[in-house]
Amino acid sequence: MTQSPRAKRSGLTLAGRQAVWAYVFLITPLLFFLLVRIYPAFESLRLSFLDYRSPLTVNPFIGLENFQEMTQDATLHRALLNTLLYAVIGVPAQLVLGLGVAMLLQGINKYKGIYRAIYFAPYITPIVASAWVWQWLLNKNFGPVNALLEQFGIPAQPFLGSPDQALVSAAALVIWQQLGFQIVLFLAGLEGIPRVYYEAASLDGVTTWTRFRYITLPLLNATVVFSVVIATNGFLQLFAQVANLNPTDQGGPLDSTLTVALYIYRMAFQSSKMGYAAAITVLLFAIILLFTVFQLRVLRRRVEY
Amino acid sequence: MSVPRASSQTQSTPRPSSFRFTSRTWVYMALTVGSVVTAFPFVWMLLTSLKTYSDVFQPGILPANPTLENYAHVLEKTGYVRWFLNSVGVAAATTVSVLFFDSLVGYTLAKMKFPGKEIIFVIILSTVMIPTEMLVIPWYVSALKLGIADSYFAIALPGLISAFGVFLMRGFFEGIPDELFDAARMDGMGEFGLFTRIGLPLVKPALAALGIFTFLGNYNAYLWPLIIIQSANMRTLPVGIALFSGESGAQWQLIMAASSLAVIPVLLVFTVFQRQIIEGVVLTGVKG
Repeated sequence: MTQSPRAKRSGLTLAGRQAVWAYVFLITPLLFFLLVRIYPAFESLRLSFLDYRSPLTVNPFIGLENFQEMTQDATLHRALLNTLLYAVIGVPAQLVLGLGVAMLLQGINKYKGIYRAIYFAPYITPIVASAWVWQWLLNKNFGPVNALLEQFGIPAQPFLGSPDQALVSAAALVIWQQLGFQIVLFLAGLEGIPRVYYEAASLDGVTTWTRFRYITLPLLNATVVFSVVIATNGFLQLFAQVANLNPTDQGGPLDSTLTVALYIYRMAFQSSKMGYAAAITVLLFAIILLFTVFQLRVLRRRVEY
Repeated sequence: MSVPRASSQTQSTPRPSSFRFTSRTWVYMALTVGSVVTAFPFVWMLLTSLKTYSDVFQPGILPANPTLENYAHVLEKTGYVRWFLNSVGVAAATTVSVLFFDSLVGYTLAKMKFPGKEIIFVIILSTVMIPTEMLVIPWYVSALKLGIADSYFAIALPGLISAFGVFLMRGFFEGIPDELFDAARMDGMGEFGLFTRIGLPLVKPALAALGIFTFLGNYNAYLWPLIIIQSANMRTLPVGIALFSGESGAQWQLIMAASSLAVIPVLLVFTVFQRQIIEGVVLTGVKG
């Protein structure tokens, strides 16, 4: 690399000058990431060892007491179990429906854009508004879903009002919301599969199922993993939907829709148990970290072939 | 860069041999049924918002006496307009900041040579994994201590730079040949000029996608605004709607009017920018 006259005059090589500029460009963003992301994360870890009630009080160090309390807290266990249930119901449903609709869309030429737009619309709709609309939609006495069920002679269902049905109803809202995103992802993945594979297969006269099983699915693996990662992380941090589906008894009825994120909010900002809430966020972080490492491993293994 | 173009072009060409269902009609029927189910909540929301209080609890989907009263009520008797402006203002400021800083950092990490590049990238990328729940408690405590709680700055601050956006923009800048920058550098162009005049024009599609998603994400943001906002005047739209709906009891026609007013602008934005938004999802998928 040759040196420009200007660089020589300032006593710096071209490479040195470039490095200085790079640090100038990076200094503000780096400070931001340190102060607004990394420092608060460690601060949460520190708070998890305190009986932290509010910034205005004395908050004594209590060692691992918060973590011990977590092992005894039945409501927290319920929230963890619920969060797992949301993911177990929601992730496969999003995946199967997303891939299914994407494959149907790929098979048509006309009105593709319109269908895609309709499926995608819920994804960009404000969650709070969606949750209130669903509440009204699933209303036991006046909601249209129950009106429809009645046409088929099925008695009115309580949906969000029943501890047995509320979680599935809430999961349905999330699936409705996220489906468009998954469809668009899968459509892009399907478009990326080289046509020659299908042409070769059709020459051999294989069935639709064989084509799906041995061409589409393996070649779509990266998309599947990515969509699982996105969907799982969404469910692990589920908050706004459940908070607004049952606003007078958030997480209810009987904590049947309570999620970890909602419980953290409840502890920190409604019960003034910030230290305890911080300890739960440490657990949540550990869970997310585990999932991410696990998923990255799967991703790396699958991409090799 | 070439990735989105290629995919959007192949989208329009049919692929006859990939999947042939027994009958195309069935495919259209299945898609239509799915669309009707997907769109029904919107339709139901709009129709309810046009009903009178007494009609809401009558059977039947269509409003017997359609009225715009509910919209007038929400616009005049609540802080809706203020909430809307708060949301748009915070989202716009955040978007400008994210577009500038994320593209600058993405460019620096992709196209400039300096010691420590890899470690800086890893540090920034690792923050993606930290859940927001872990950050809001310290953010809240700090905001109280600094005396900035309940300010626009506090609402916007956590979102002003996005690690995911950095990751996305870095990927795009990596796709641009180094020669373009080297040539301009030899001509004596400064490093910031290389970024703004050579780099930025070449990543416009990525900027559009990142900008739209950042705006929508912040317009819809709920958890942090809910925590940090104290006075009624500072509420963003989601916080305002949640509180208003909670206070209006079973006045479903009002709640649905408020929801419609929140949803309609977003759907309009979506209609105008549909191509960029869809491409944006595809880009994150490809890059991710």
